[in-house]
Amino acid sequence: MNIKDQGTRPIVTEQDIVLARQACRKLAQDCGLRLVAQTKLVTAVSELARNMLVYGGGGDLHWEILEDGLRKGIRIIFHDEGPGIADLQLAMTDGWTSGNGLGLGLTGAKRLVNEFDIETAPGQGTRISITQWS
Amino acid sequence: MERIPILRMGEILLVTVQVEMHDQLALTLQEDLAERISATAARGVLIDISALEIVDSFIGRMIANISSLSRIMDAQTVLVGMQPAVAITLVELGLNLPGVATALNVDRGMKLLLDSAQRQ
Repeated sequence: MNIKDQGTRPIVTEQDIVLARQACRKLAQDCGLRLVAQTKLVTAVSELARNMLVYGGGGDLHWEILEDGLRKGIRIIFHDEGPGIADLQLAMTDGWTSGNGLGLGLTGAKRLVNEFDIETAPGQGTRISITQWS
Repeated sequence: MERIPILRMGEILLVTVQVEMHDQLALTLQEDLAERISATAARGVLIDISALEIVDSFIGRMIANISSLSRIMDAQTVLVGMQPAVAITLVELGLNLPGVATALNVDRGMKLLLDSAQRQ
């Protein structure tokens, strides 16, 4: 698997969430993702970028364009150095929220993409990687 | 401050979301609508989201809130024009917008609101 292109953008304000959605939509289009796959990816980006801002105090969004044989994909990594998630199993339960959200951010985002990976520990920040293939 | 315009057509308030929805804009819309329903004694609110390319859980919650709040203020909300890809994504996300009336397009949504206003 090759990385064809990559970049990083900060998520520190609410406006950055909107800009991240627009940037990821463009990348997904360039990758040849179909409209539904694009929409799912952009929605997942919106959920995870907001989570990172609200719970992680902001962080970085790193994107990679992948090529694996004939298929192309886009991987997006959200990394923050916030408090981390103490009980990951609980956080990955539909409807559970530590804030005032709907509790759909993490679990919903996971359902919207082909691959989802999360690394977190209390005091260690959170790193979430999602991948959508064409 | 940036605002989503609210148009009045008789007893119905019409909201057409034409811009990329960010969180503060959604919150402002909620407050503006509550004030306009109160000021105009509107019986219905029609929200057209045909230009929206994504609806995430935050925007979804704002839509559900507007619907509950207008019900409490004696007005009915109808959400119209959701793009197919957005609908598929919302269901997968787990957001089924309970209690929010929907219609395929503005015409049908308007008919729904006028019919129910007539019955009252």
